[in-house]
Amino acid sequence: MESVEGSGRMKNARRRHLVSGVMIGLTYICAILATLPLLLILWHLMVKGASSISLAFFTHMPRPVGEPGGGMANAIVGTLILIGIASAIGLPIGIGAGLHLAEKKTTPLAQTTRFLADVLNGLPSIVMGIFAWQILVRPIGHFSALAGGVALGAMMIPLVTRTTEEMLLVVPTSLREAALALGYPKWRTSISIVLRTALAGIVTGALVAVARIAGETAPLLFTALGNQFWSTSIGQPIAALPLQIFVYANNAYEELHQLAWAGALVLISIVLVISLAARLVTRSRFGAAVD
Amino acid sequence: MVREKPPRLVTPAVQVRAREQAVATEETKPCIVAGHLSAFFGDAAAVRDVSISIPQNAVTAIIGPSGCGKSTLLRCFNRMHETVPGARVEGSVEILGSSIYGENTSPIAVRRHVGMVFQRPTPFPTMSIRANVAAGLRVDPKSHASRGATDAIVEEALQRAGLWAEAKDRLDESAIALSGGQQQRLCIARALATRPRVLLLDEPTASLDPLSTQKVEELVYDLRTTVTVVIVTHNLQQAARVSDGTAFLLMGELIEFASTSEMFTAPRDPRTESYITGRFG
Repeated sequence: MESVEGSGRMKNARRRHLVSGVMIGLTYICAILATLPLLLILWHLMVKGASSISLAFFTHMPRPVGEPGGGMANAIVGTLILIGIASAIGLPIGIGAGLHLAEKKTTPLAQTTRFLADVLNGLPSIVMGIFAWQILVRPIGHFSALAGGVALGAMMIPLVTRTTEEMLLVVPTSLREAALALGYPKWRTSISIVLRTALAGIVTGALVAVARIAGETAPLLFTALGNQFWSTSIGQPIAALPLQIFVYANNAYEELHQLAWAGALVLISIVLVISLAARLVTRSRFGAAVD
Repeated sequence: MVREKPPRLVTPAVQVRAREQAVATEETKPCIVAGHLSAFFGDAAAVRDVSISIPQNAVTAIIGPSGCGKSTLLRCFNRMHETVPGARVEGSVEILGSSIYGENTSPIAVRRHVGMVFQRPTPFPTMSIRANVAAGLRVDPKSHASRGATDAIVEEALQRAGLWAEAKDRLDESAIALSGGQQQRLCIARALATRPRVLLLDEPTASLDPLSTQKVEELVYDLRTTVTVVIVTHNLQQAARVSDGTAFLLMGELIEFASTSEMFTAPRDPRTESYITGRFG
C-alpha cells in the first residue's frame, strides 16, 4: 500500500480496505450468529439435563411421580424402532427415485416427481401425521409404531430423493460413457459405477434425513401416540423421545421436567452423532476426489 | 484453433518402416467398413454420408478441424453415438464382416469387442487399479475367469499398455492415485483386457504432458500388430507418427482417405493440402 502513488488513489485504496474489512467483519458476525442458537441450546440442555442423566435413564422404565429414579428406556428404544421403520421405507424409495431423476432427467415422470418432491419437502410435518393416520390408524382401528414409522418415512422420501439426485449429477458423464464403452449394460452402469461413485454423498444425505426426522413430534401425535410401558411391537402404540419430552414438559411435576430436559439432551445427542457420522463418511476414502 | 505440439523424436527409420507397412496394409482385408454413414444430433448432421474401409491390424488416424465430426464418426463404430439423447445413425457399419447396426445386434455386445479410450482419463474412482483393469471382464457374461485367470489377464493387459512395471506393486491401490498419463494407460489396459478386435482412441493424448504423450504414442504403435486401432487426433504430427492410414474429415464429410505418407506428402484434394499446411483449422 505504501507504494501506491498519488493521494487520490491512496484514499481510494484506503476506502476499499475499510469497506472490505467491514464486510468481512459482518460475515464473521453472521457466522457466529448462525451457530449461536445451537450452542445456546446445547449449553442450556447440558445445564438443565445433564444432572438427570445416569445409567438408569437409559435402562429403566419411567416410574410414577414421587418415586425417585426412573428413566426413558422405552422412549429411547421406541425412537430407534421408529427411525428403523422410517429408514426402511424412506431410504430405498428415496434413493431409487433419486436414481430415476438423475438418469431420466427430462421425462414427464421425472419432472413431475422432482416438482412433487419439492412440494413434499415443504409440507408441514403434521400433515404427514394426518396422512398416516388416515391410511393406517383409522382402517386398523388403533395407533401403532408402524403408522408412526410410515409418517416419518414419508417425510424422508423427498429429502433422500433430492439429495440422491444431486449427488448422482455430480458424477461426470465421462465415467458413465467409459462404463458403457466397456460393455456395461445401462442398469449396471447406473448401479456399479454412478451410484457407487456417489455413494458417500448419498449416505451423507441419508444420514442427514435420518437426523432430520429423529426429532419430529407432530407426525407421531396421532400415529405412534406414545406408550408409558415397554413395547417393541410395531402393531402397538410406541413411546418416542420427542413425545415423551412433550408429555413431561407439559406436566406440573418438577421431576418430570428434569426428565424432559434429560430426554431432550439425549435426543439432540443422537442427532449430533448421526450428523457426525455423516461427516466421517464423506471424508472416508470412498468419497475421494471425483474430478 | 489447434496448437500443434513440437514434433518429437521418433527415429526416421521407424517412420519409414511405418509408411512401408501402411502401403502394405492397404491390401490386407478391411476391419471396419462404413457405408453411407450419417450421424445426427436431432436434425443436425455431424457426419454426412461417409463411406470408408478401415484396414485390419493397422493404425488409422482421423484428422480434421474442431467440430468436423471426427469424434462422432469414431463413436459410430462402437454405437456410443446413440447414447446421447436425440442422436441417431443412418447407413451401415460392418466390423469384421458383421453389421453392428443389425436388428439383432445388441450395442453391449458390440462394445465388448470394440474398446474405447477417451480424451480425459476415466479410471473408476472407487475401484483399485486391478479392479479397473478387470472391470470389463466382470460384466461379460461369457467370461467366467477364475481369480487366478483374471489376475493373469490383468497382468497381460497392463503389460500391453506399458503400465505393468509402474503398477505391479500397487495393484490394490486406488486408481486415482496414478498420474494423468498413467491413468490414461490404465484406461487403455482396461479396454485391452476384454481382448477387443478394435480399439478406438478419441484424442487420447489431449490432456497429457509431452512425455506421457510419447509413451501413449509408442504404445499405439506397438499395438498395431494385434489390434485394429482408430485414433482421432488434433495433432497432425501425431497422426504422421503413429498411423498407417489417415482420413481427413471436413464439416462431417470424408474428404480424403489414403496412406499416411501419401496424405502428408502428396494430398489429392486441395482442401486436405490447405489443412495440413496449416491454412485453416
